[in-house]
Amino acid sequence: MNLARMQWPERIVAGDVVKVRLLVQHPMDTGYLQDLLGKMVPRNVIRLLTCKLGAREVLRVEPSSGLAANPLFEFFVRATETVEMHVEWIDDRGNRGEHKQTMIVLPTVS
Amino acid sequence: MSVSDAYAPSRRRWLQHSASLGLAWATVQASSAYAQKMESGELKTLAQMISPITQGAKLLQQDVSISAPVLADNGSLVQLGVHVQSPMTVQDHVTHLYLLSQRNPVTRMAVFHMGPWNGRAEINTRVRLAGTQAVVALARLSSGEFRYAQADIIVTESACVDAS
Repeated sequence: MNLARMQWPERIVAGDVVKVRLLVQHPMDTGYLQDLLGKMVPRNVIRLLTCKLGAREVLRVEPSSGLAANPLFEFFVRATETVEMHVEWIDDRGNRGEHKQTMIVLPTVS
Repeated sequence: MSVSDAYAPSRRRWLQHSASLGLAWATVQASSAYAQKMESGELKTLAQMISPITQGAKLLQQDVSISAPVLADNGSLVQLGVHVQSPMTVQDHVTHLYLLSQRNPVTRMAVFHMGPWNGRAEINTRVRLAGTQAVVALARLSSGEFRYAQADIIVTESACVDAS
């Protein structure tokens, strides 16, 4: 199942600064809450999330229990050529997730 | 012997019992609050939040702007946007962006590592807030200096309360 969704504008020209919206499906259990039976839910949050655009790491996030469930990250990146965006994350239980999406960049009109 | 006389001692005893029951109930409530580590009475000062990260480096309250609601209905999901005025060139860019909370059990809500390849030093995300507090966005520049901004957010319903 795909646990991440990524969005950016449809038309990207080389040199543009692009807004990327990344939504990851994750409960982000804080470790302070009880479930409906009164049992403590152990902490399970995303420990590290990295976004690589081609070979370059463009964003590295170290979240904590302070981020909401199903965290949303909006960031900017400078697009130069058509490359693949590769998102990877790992949570407290050691579960890894990844998502790949190709960013199509049009050459500059000259 | 009238009927009311016969009932008086029992009613008094019932009142006593209910009072002690109330006390016991209060104790149970308090202990469960303690078990959830709801030490939300403690508000950290700005220095307590920032100095472990800056460690004496130059710090200025400028160039950073926070966009957040003044009143957040649900503390479990608060929109938070941070924009740092920076050219984002190789010489002068933002390397780290910290989101700090005054009241949360975990002060450092998130750390973002950035670089000149981002083109624009702006991050939008959604955070959890345990009650009304000030939120600080701290940016580390490539020169080693720090910039920060703070925003007060009123939270009507705190995160870390119910089992949802």
